[in-house]
Amino acid sequence: MTTHQHAAHTPVGGSLVNAATLVCGVLIAIMAAILLVRFIFGLGTVANINDGYSWGIWVVVDVMIGSALACGGFSVALLVYIFNKGEYHPLVRPALLASLFGYTLAGAGIFVDLGRWWNFWHIFWPGYANPSSVMFEVAVCVTAYVLVMWIEFSPVFLEKLGKRDVKRKLNKWLFFFIALGVLLPMMHQSSLGTMLVVMGGQVNPLWQTPAVPLIYLLTAIVIGYGVVLFESCVAAASYRRTIEMRLLNPMSKIMLGVLAVYLVVRFGDLLIRGALGEAFHPGWVAISFWVENIAFVAPFFLIGSAQARRNPANLFLAGIAIMIGGILLRLNGFLIGYGHFTGSGWTYFPSLAEIMVTVGIFAIEVLGYIIITRRFPVLPRENAQVAS
Amino acid sequence: MGDMNEIFDLGSDALHGIEQRLGMSRRDYLQFCATLAVTMGLPKGAEAAVAKAIETSQRPSVIWLHFQECTGCSESLLRAEHPTLEKLILDVISLDYHETLMAAAGHQAEAARKDAMKAHKGKYVLVVEGAIPVKDNGIFCKIGGHTAIDLVKECAADAAAVIAIGSCASWGGMPSTGPNPTGASSVAEVLGKPVVTIPGCPPNPYNFLATVVHFLTFGKLPDVDKLGRPKFAYSRLIHENCERRAHFDAGRFAMEFGDAGHRQGYCLYKLGCKGPETYANCSTIGFGDAGENNWPVGCGHPCIGCSEKGVGFTKPIHQVASVINITPPQQYPRIVEEQGKGASFASAAALAALAGAAAGAAVMLTRNLGLSHAAEEAERAKAEGKSKDQAQV
Amino acid sequence: MDTRRHFLKGVVAGGAAITAAAVAPPVCARETYSRPAEALGLLYDATLCIGCKACVAACKEANNNPPEFSTGDHVWDTPLDTSAYTFNIIKMYRNGTMQTKDAEVNGFAFMKTSCMHCADPSCVSACPVSAMTKDPATGIVAYDPGACVGCRYCVVACPFGIPKYQYDSPTGKIGKCELCRHRYADGHYSACAEVCPTGATLYGRSADLLLEAKRRIALKPGSVTRYPRGKIGGPDQSYEGPVGNYLQHVYGENEFGGTQVLKLSAVTFAKVGMPDLPPKSSAATSETLQHSLYGGLVMPVVVLGALSFIAKRNVHDEDDESDTGKDKGEK
Repeated sequence: MTTHQHAAHTPVGGSLVNAATLVCGVLIAIMAAILLVRFIFGLGTVANINDGYSWGIWVVVDVMIGSALACGGFSVALLVYIFNKGEYHPLVRPALLASLFGYTLAGAGIFVDLGRWWNFWHIFWPGYANPSSVMFEVAVCVTAYVLVMWIEFSPVFLEKLGKRDVKRKLNKWLFFFIALGVLLPMMHQSSLGTMLVVMGGQVNPLWQTPAVPLIYLLTAIVIGYGVVLFESCVAAASYRRTIEMRLLNPMSKIMLGVLAVYLVVRFGDLLIRGALGEAFHPGWVAISFWVENIAFVAPFFLIGSAQARRNPANLFLAGIAIMIGGILLRLNGFLIGYGHFTGSGWTYFPSLAEIMVTVGIFAIEVLGYIIITRRFPVLPRENAQVAS
Repeated sequence: MGDMNEIFDLGSDALHGIEQRLGMSRRDYLQFCATLAVTMGLPKGAEAAVAKAIETSQRPSVIWLHFQECTGCSESLLRAEHPTLEKLILDVISLDYHETLMAAAGHQAEAARKDAMKAHKGKYVLVVEGAIPVKDNGIFCKIGGHTAIDLVKECAADAAAVIAIGSCASWGGMPSTGPNPTGASSVAEVLGKPVVTIPGCPPNPYNFLATVVHFLTFGKLPDVDKLGRPKFAYSRLIHENCERRAHFDAGRFAMEFGDAGHRQGYCLYKLGCKGPETYANCSTIGFGDAGENNWPVGCGHPCIGCSEKGVGFTKPIHQVASVINITPPQQYPRIVEEQGKGASFASAAALAALAGAAAGAAVMLTRNLGLSHAAEEAERAKAEGKSKDQAQV
Repeated sequence: MDTRRHFLKGVVAGGAAITAAAVAPPVCARETYSRPAEALGLLYDATLCIGCKACVAACKEANNNPPEFSTGDHVWDTPLDTSAYTFNIIKMYRNGTMQTKDAEVNGFAFMKTSCMHCADPSCVSACPVSAMTKDPATGIVAYDPGACVGCRYCVVACPFGIPKYQYDSPTGKIGKCELCRHRYADGHYSACAEVCPTGATLYGRSADLLLEAKRRIALKPGSVTRYPRGKIGGPDQSYEGPVGNYLQHVYGENEFGGTQVLKLSAVTFAKVGMPDLPPKSSAATSETLQHSLYGGLVMPVVVLGALSFIAKRNVHDEDDESDTGKDKGEK
C-alpha cells in the first residue's frame, strides 16, 4: 500500500487578464503612487503614525500579521517532512508559494516603514548588528527563511525550465533546507512575540507575558493550517477545482489538536499571572480580547465533529476564524493593547493612505499567486491522484 | 465722581483761579490732575473730578511726623515734578508740621503742631515717616521730650486719616532688621489699628501724592489691601510688569555683574532680584519722573524688595527670591495631552468597505461550498442507495 | 506500518531534541544593569522648579532645534510634549483650584521631561543596529543617526516615551536628550542645568546627585537649607531656601535598575507622568528570554541537527519514490 501520494504538479493555465487581476493591478498602482509620496516627503505625509503610536498598521499588519498568515508553508512542511505525513505532500507547493509571497512582501513591507531604509544592511553587518536585540534576530531569521524558501521553491522553476540535472543535485541537499525551513519560522515567529517583552508595562497584561514566544509559535503553527484551509477553498472555488477534502479533513483535526494545546497555554498563563481580570474592564481592549479568543475557540464548534469536518464550508469558516484570532492576537499586543503611559492621550487610526498601501501589498500577493499558479507547476494535477 | 457736566463746565473763571493760585498754566494743571488720576488707576474722565476737587476744596491740614527714618521719603517727595514740592505744600495742602521743611524750630514748632491739631481737629491728615521704637518704653526716639510712641498716639487720636509713608513706618523697614535692638515697629502696630501704608525705601512719591489727592477728591482713602497698601500701586508683583520679564520667560539670565548677559539687560533673577515676591509699581512708573526703566532693575541691579515685609532688609540682597505664582499661566502642557489623528471619514469608510467586501465574499463562498457539499452528499446517498439495490438484486 | 514507524521515529527524535535542549544548562539570566561608577546625570527637584522654562529654551538653542507651535499664532515655541525637535519640556500638573504650588490636591506642580539615561536602557537593548548606545564610562545614552535604520523600536520600547522620530522628513532621525555631550569639549555641561535659576535641574555625577537627593528628602519641610545650582563640584552658586514637602522617594534610584536622571517631587510620581517601574528592567527580561532560547546558538543548532536528521530520512524516501513516480508519470 503506497502511503505517499506524489501527485504531479501542473500549471492551471488560462488567461492572466480577468476581473481579479485587473482589480489587483489598480490597487497596486494606487499603492505605488502613495509610496512615491512617502519616499519623497516622509512617513508623516501619508501615515497617521505619531509619537505615541510609532508602529502602525505598516509594521503590525504588513510585516507581523502578513508573515504569520504566511506560515502555511511552515505548518505543512512540519507535517510532511518532520512528522512524515507524506500524504499531505500535494499541499506543500501551494502553501510554500503563499508563504514565499507572504514573507517576501513582509520583508518589502519593512522597507516601506523604515525611516532610514538606506541603512538597512546595518542589521546584518558586524559592528552595527546588535545580537541582544530581538528585532535583529527576527530580521536575520526572516531574511534567511526567505532565501531558504526560494531555494525550496526552485524545483518549480527548474521543472518549468526543464533543468532536471540541476534539480536532482538540489534534491540531494533539499532536506537541509527543509530542516532550516522548519527551524527558522519557529525562531522568528516566536521572536515576533518576544518583541513585546522589552515594551514592559506599556503592553496590557493580557498580552504581555514571558510565555509570549510559545504563544506566538503555537498560533503561528495553527494559523498556518488555518491559512491552508482558507486558501485551498478559495483557490478551488476560483479555479473551479475539487477541494482535496481527504487531505484537509484530517489536517484540520491536527489543527484542532495544536489549537487545544495553545488555548491551555494561553489561559493557563493568564490565570497563573492573575491577569484575566483585565478582560473585564469595560472598553475596546476587553472587547478585542474576547473577540480574539472567541475566534480561537470557534473552530471547536465549527469542525469539532467528524461529520462537520466533511463539509468544506465549515473548514473554510474554521480557517477564517483561526486567521481572525491570530490577526487579533498580534493587533492587540502591538496596537490595541499598547500605549499604557507612553501612549496616554495619543490616538492612532490608520489613514486612508496607510490602508491603501496595505491593501496594495496584499494585492501583489494575490496577483503573484494567480500568475504563478496559472503559469508554473504548483497546484496538484486534478485527476492524477489515485484513490486509496 | 461728581457731575460730569458740572465738572466740564469749568468756566475760564475757575481755571483762571487755579492758574493764579498755583502758578501753573492751565495745561500743566490739567496734566497734573491727569497724572494723579492715572497713577490711581481711575477711569477716563476722572481727571476732571480731581481738577475740580483741588480747585475748589480748602487746603487740608497735614501733620507730618518723623521718627526712626532717614528722611528719604521726604526727599523722594522733593523729586516730584507735578506738582513740585513747593506747590504742593504751599498751594495744594497746608503742611502745618514737617521737621525738615518747616521754618520754625524748637518750642515754636511744637506749638504750631498743637495749634494745627486743635484748629483742624478731626480733619487733618497725619503722615508718619519712620519706624517707632517700642523697647524700653520707646526711649530710643524722643522729640521735644516725648517718645515717639506718645507722639504718634496723641496725633493720631484726632486725625481724619493716618498715612504711614515708607517701609519704616509701614512695617518697620531698615531699623527693624534683625536683631532689631530698639524694637522698631510700624505705625499700625503701635496704634493697634490698621492704617494706610505706602511702603518703599523710598516709595515713589506719586503713590503718596495720589493717595492724598484721592482723599481730597473723594473724601475717603483709596482701596487698600490687608496690609493697608493702596491697591492701585501695590496689588501687582514687580515681576508681573517688569520690562525684563521676557528674558526671565526665555531663560536669559545675567550670572555676574558685568558679564555678557548683564550687559545685554538680561533678567537679574539669578543675582537675587526680589521682583517675583515684591508688591510694588516701580516697574510700571519708575522714579525721578523719567518714566519706566528708571528703577534699580532698569539700571542693572536686582530689586531688593525694599517695600515688602519679610523680603526687604530681611533676605540677603543676592539670595534667590521665591516666585509667588498667583495664577500659573495656561501655556503649559498638561501631564497628558490629547494628540494624534483618529479615524477620518475616508479611512473608516475604506476599512468598512474592505471588511464588508471580505465578509460578503466569505459568506458567498461558504454558501457555495455548503451547497456543493450538500449536492455531493445527496449524490453519494443516491449512489449508495443504488449500490444497495444492486447488491440486493 | 512503514508510516507508523516513521511517524513514531520522527516524534521520538523530535521530542528527544526538544527535551535535550530544555534540560541543557540554561544560559544565566541576564541581570539588570546598574549605573556605572562615574555615571553623569541630572537631579530634578520639582519643588524648586518655578516653571520658568529656561531649560526648555536653553535645550532648544544648544541642540539647534526649531520651535514647535501648538497655537494659532506661530509666535511662541509651545511644544505639548517631547518630540524629535523638543528634547526637554516642562509639563504642569493641575488639580482643582490650582491654588498651592506642589500640593497634590487643589494645587499645581511642574515636571521636567527628558531622557532618563537609564542604567539598563530598553532602547539600547531594542535597537537592532546599535544606533542607541550606552557609554560604558559616563553612562550617557547616545544616538547615532549614521547607524540608525529608522525602525522606531526604541520609540515603542522606551517606558518613558522619550526617543521620538521626525515623521515630517524623508530622511528623518530620532531626537532625544544626550546630556549635551557635544558641549563638553568646550567646557560646558548640560544646558538645562547651566541655565536653571533655582537649581531645580542640577548636573553632576549620579552618585553625588543621589547623595544630594537623599540629603534633601531627609530634611524637615519648612526648614532652611543650602541648594547648589548648576553643577555639583562647579563654582559655588548655591543659595539658601526653604525645604519643600518631598515624597520620601527618589525617582530613578532603582526603577529598571536605576536611571541617571533622578527626580524629587511633592506630588505622587505617577500623577506627574513618571510611571511606576519595577527594579527589574524590561531589557533584562527580554534578553534573558532571548539568551535562554538562542544563547550561543546552542538550541538552534541542536534542533536543526535533529530536524535535519528527520527530514533527511523522510525526504530521502520521498525522493526515491518521486523519481520513479516521475518516470512513471512521464510515460
